[in-house]
Amino acid sequence: MAAIASDNHGLRLIMRYVVLTLIAIIFIFPLVFMVMSSLKPDLQLLRDTSSIRAFLPVGDVSFDNYTAAFNRAPVATFIFNSVLVTGVTVLLSLLFCSLAAFSFVFMNWKGRDVLLSIVLATLIVPFETIAIPLLLLVSKLPWIGFEGFEIGWLNTYRVQVIPWIADGLTIFLFVQFFKDLPSDLIEASRVEGASWWQIYRRVVMPLAGPVIATAAILKFLVMYNQYLWPLIVVQQETYRPVMVGLGYYFQLNPAWGEIMAYLTVITVPVLAFYLVLQRAFIASIASTGVKG
Amino acid sequence: MASKLTTSNRAGWAFALPGFGLLTLFIVVPFFFAFFLSLTNQRLISPNPTEFVGLDNYRNLLSISVLSIEPETDDAGAVIRDADGTPEYPRVRTFTRNNPDFQQYAGMREWFRWHSGDTAKVVVATDLVFWKSLRNTLMFVLVVAPVQGAIALGLALLINQRLRGINVYRAIYFMPVVVSIVVVSLLWRFLYAEDGLLNSILGTFSFGMFEGRDWLGNKDTALGAIMAMSIWQAVGFHMVIWLSGLQTISPTLYEASSIEGASKFQTFRYVTWPGLRNTAVLVLIVITMQAFALFAQIDVMTNGGPLDSTSTVVFQAVERGYGKQDISGGSTISVILFLLVLTISITQRYLTREK
Repeated sequence: MAAIASDNHGLRLIMRYVVLTLIAIIFIFPLVFMVMSSLKPDLQLLRDTSSIRAFLPVGDVSFDNYTAAFNRAPVATFIFNSVLVTGVTVLLSLLFCSLAAFSFVFMNWKGRDVLLSIVLATLIVPFETIAIPLLLLVSKLPWIGFEGFEIGWLNTYRVQVIPWIADGLTIFLFVQFFKDLPSDLIEASRVEGASWWQIYRRVVMPLAGPVIATAAILKFLVMYNQYLWPLIVVQQETYRPVMVGLGYYFQLNPAWGEIMAYLTVITVPVLAFYLVLQRAFIASIASTGVKG
Repeated sequence: MASKLTTSNRAGWAFALPGFGLLTLFIVVPFFFAFFLSLTNQRLISPNPTEFVGLDNYRNLLSISVLSIEPETDDAGAVIRDADGTPEYPRVRTFTRNNPDFQQYAGMREWFRWHSGDTAKVVVATDLVFWKSLRNTLMFVLVVAPVQGAIALGLALLINQRLRGINVYRAIYFMPVVVSIVVVSLLWRFLYAEDGLLNSILGTFSFGMFEGRDWLGNKDTALGAIMAMSIWQAVGFHMVIWLSGLQTISPTLYEASSIEGASKFQTFRYVTWPGLRNTAVLVLIVITMQAFALFAQIDVMTNGGPLDSTSTVVFQAVERGYGKQDISGGSTISVILFLLVLTISITQRYLTREK
């Protein structure tokens, strides 16, 4: 009896792994296909799609597509732009949003509750509904207005950074985290005579590691993967981020090998980043859900 | 918190202002600006001053009518029928173009028709593309929200078991979330091609029974193909939210139900599901909002085609506001989109409220 039961158990265990693995294949096969195809010449790439060879590094394998992809478009510039815009936005967002959340949670001031409810209300406004009026707004915004000399906002880094610094979700995440910190901590520091800035700098932020990671990861995903906004505000290649740079690879006859190489170049670093910080990534998504 | 120690009006404002100011300037202002622009004839670059046009934009966008068309009759008053017995109808064009008797239909185009007896009921709209886009968007939301939510829950239950190496699977299922939707759309465009990977996989597994098709090039399959890909890409995100919900359910409840001898289904029905109530509301709202915002997939994969079968509300807003530089038209669509999202999230909250 016992033997049969344990056999049964073993079989069920195997079945579980089979199911889990089959699903894993569904999630991963396009990415494997992308990387493998980037190594093959176009003709072979197209031929291989009819067999398992599509997922294997076989045949005429080389890095030629990468060379060609870098020759076709200023890939390094696009990557630099994306990294710059993403990095600066994430840092400024963490600073501005945490400061705002700090004052919402720890400080008492007139108008606080109204402002906080406005911030939370913005959570249900999808960016797509404000993209068009925002486009008009930034196209009219002066940056430095000298007499007869105005620089608009289109085709710049600032138009990709400044509108994205403050967002309801990041403020909300910090507010949720700060609420759980003991208020005695703040009051004690006040009694000691610490200034607000000192409390923010020395007391609260050093404790905020988990929420900083969460907010940074979510913001990073949003910023690096930006598409619609840079598509409409940036026409010059000097300022283009990677997702918009894709447009260069679609001529009359798309060179699929080059496209796959470009996709690999802009995706693999993010995937590597994710695999290293996997727990933090998953925790960041989870924490937006737990308290929502 | 109301202690005197923490009262600080000046510092409070100073800390909140940078973030709040930017939020106001770039989210709140454009939001109200959209309502205002939708009442004007603003264009991105225009020599003429902006004029206030009231609800004209909405009228142009939303005008829709049902036209009853009687079949053609011969001199004796009998309905003219073709060989199959189907009555013949005058062309819709005769009512919508230069017909002084039917001014109200001027410029409209046929969307679809049905028959009641011999009378044809024809639905005509001024802005046909917008109506098709609205229908596509609603279809997308109605399919993707429940299906993605359910699959994500299934995956969460699957990876919530204690198994060696389960973290590896969790990591893999989540992977597509990290990859840009633009990259994913391009990859899938390749997979969906007529001589692409999907057709050859289906062909192999059906032993050649399956005939390949151009998934994105066919108006009957294009939207479905985009739905499937979108579900695939984001399902891991919602899986993780479900998973975090599952982990808040107290293990003692599961122990109790196993002592009571509850079946797996009963445990799910009476312990797991009630414990996921708040998570369910969140997942549903997030998925719905994301689904309404459908844009990148369309822009990369189909450009709204074939025959507007994949055009969406956001795609139209961008196409007009930016592509055609018709800011007021784009804003009007944005306002309608916002009202839709708002209505639906209020409805969802109401339906799933605590009783």
